[in-house]
Amino acid sequence: MTDRVAIVGVGIHPFGRTPGKSGLQQGAFAVRQALRDAGVEWKQMQFGYGGSYSSGNADALGNELGLTGAPFTNILNACATGGSSLLSACREIQSGAAEIGLVVGFDKHDRGAFNASPSEYGLGDWYGEAGMMLTTQFFAMKVQRYMHDHGITSDSLVRVAQKAYENGSLNPNAWRKTPIGFDEIKNSVMVNDPLTKFMFCSPAEGGVALVVCNDRIAHRYTSNPVFVRAAAMRTRLAGAFEVYGASMSLEDVPNASQQASRTAYEIAGVGPEDIDLASLQDTEAGAELMHMAENGFCRDGEQEQMLRDGETCIDGRLPINTDGGCLANGEPIGASGLRQIHEVVLQLRGTAGRRQVPGSPRMGYTHVYGAPGISAVTILER
Amino acid sequence: MTDRAIAPNLFVQAGERVALLGSGCKSCGAVAFPAAASCARCTSAEVEIIELPRRGRLWTWTLQRFMPKAPYRSSETELTFRPFGLGYIELPGALRVESRLLENDPAKLPIGAEMELVLYTHRVEPDGTRILNYAFAPVRTAS
Repeated sequence: MTDRVAIVGVGIHPFGRTPGKSGLQQGAFAVRQALRDAGVEWKQMQFGYGGSYSSGNADALGNELGLTGAPFTNILNACATGGSSLLSACREIQSGAAEIGLVVGFDKHDRGAFNASPSEYGLGDWYGEAGMMLTTQFFAMKVQRYMHDHGITSDSLVRVAQKAYENGSLNPNAWRKTPIGFDEIKNSVMVNDPLTKFMFCSPAEGGVALVVCNDRIAHRYTSNPVFVRAAAMRTRLAGAFEVYGASMSLEDVPNASQQASRTAYEIAGVGPEDIDLASLQDTEAGAELMHMAENGFCRDGEQEQMLRDGETCIDGRLPINTDGGCLANGEPIGASGLRQIHEVVLQLRGTAGRRQVPGSPRMGYTHVYGAPGISAVTILER
Repeated sequence: MTDRAIAPNLFVQAGERVALLGSGCKSCGAVAFPAAASCARCTSAEVEIIELPRRGRLWTWTLQRFMPKAPYRSSETELTFRPFGLGYIELPGALRVESRLLENDPAKLPIGAEMELVLYTHRVEPDGTRILNYAFAPVRTAS
């Protein structure tokens, strides 16, 4: 049996906009907090994995925190940067190469950032010139078809967004802390049909860090470790419906999220019915709704009733995105996946404050999805 | 006045006849668009360039309601920009292709609508060269 990996320290720099503070500095803030949480010092970190999309190399944190000579690997893997960093850290510990180390992600994006270049994705320049290089279009077209096939109404999209801002108002680290009403979301300006302005997340800033170790030594650092039951990452298959896809096959091909989810459940030896709360990629409201089914939490179409009944609210049967998700926190790409893990760790510890899920949850789930068809899933347990 | 395709090997035009170019795998039969040098499904390098069906059905759509920033390249300005349709068209026996739509009225874009391939002038270069791109438009039914 391979050794288990425990998360023994977590830290976060509030998300949103922090003028005058670089992405790297926000990452360092999160690292210091995570070290303090675990009661360890920076020089005890035997390795580091981390990254940012547009705020520089994570190993430059050494300039802020101290240059210790420990191996530090920079990860650049789009929305799966955090998930890939954690996965690498788990391998490092499970291989026996190290006992304790750091996982970190941070970013600082301007308003309206993300000018994706087709060539970076192996696409012809024409794809961008023609006006198709926008992730918002993908999510809009995907949910448009999903609503058509499964009887989902736009009221469900509104409810997802409404819940996000409600949860954000309970989270001191969230960017958007003001609840937004049903009608205001529904009637806000249409961006990409059927998605309105308040159904989308925005580029933002923030940093998150985790201290992870071999579970045999976890008791040295904390009395409430959270264990990584599974960490999985998958990329797209030929013919699947994914971001920046100029075509897809006529037959249904499982997408990256479905594959990462299935792999994670297999590794953990558990099923969706065992999960007490989840953080799912909510780049926009439709994404959360579709990801509920892709990650096994319901059948296609059941979301309409689930959302109407409040089943995914904090006091519901399966709370989703209890910290407000991307919609209320914005998306600093390098930090976003680790924010989900940070939130689930707090919930499993029972220290999530005003947004604490009742009933002492035992097992949590995180899922990210991004361009050009990449997904990372973790299953965490206390 | 000269015309130029937005990219080589994306479509062919001969008089009235126009078609998108894809690739077909001789080994597993998978169809790709744009044409690829090897098959993404089975990895075989035995692929051939094929013309894709000109007509298909609207599988999904959205409207792009604000002007995209770079790498978008058109002759429009923020003032002249008009929302454009975008969708996937299901081409029978081949695949679904992503395409701009020459229709931006949601009421005229029901899923399942019959669509056909057209070329349109995407932008005009300073020297007057017209850059042609492909799009799909609803098939006009005789009333």
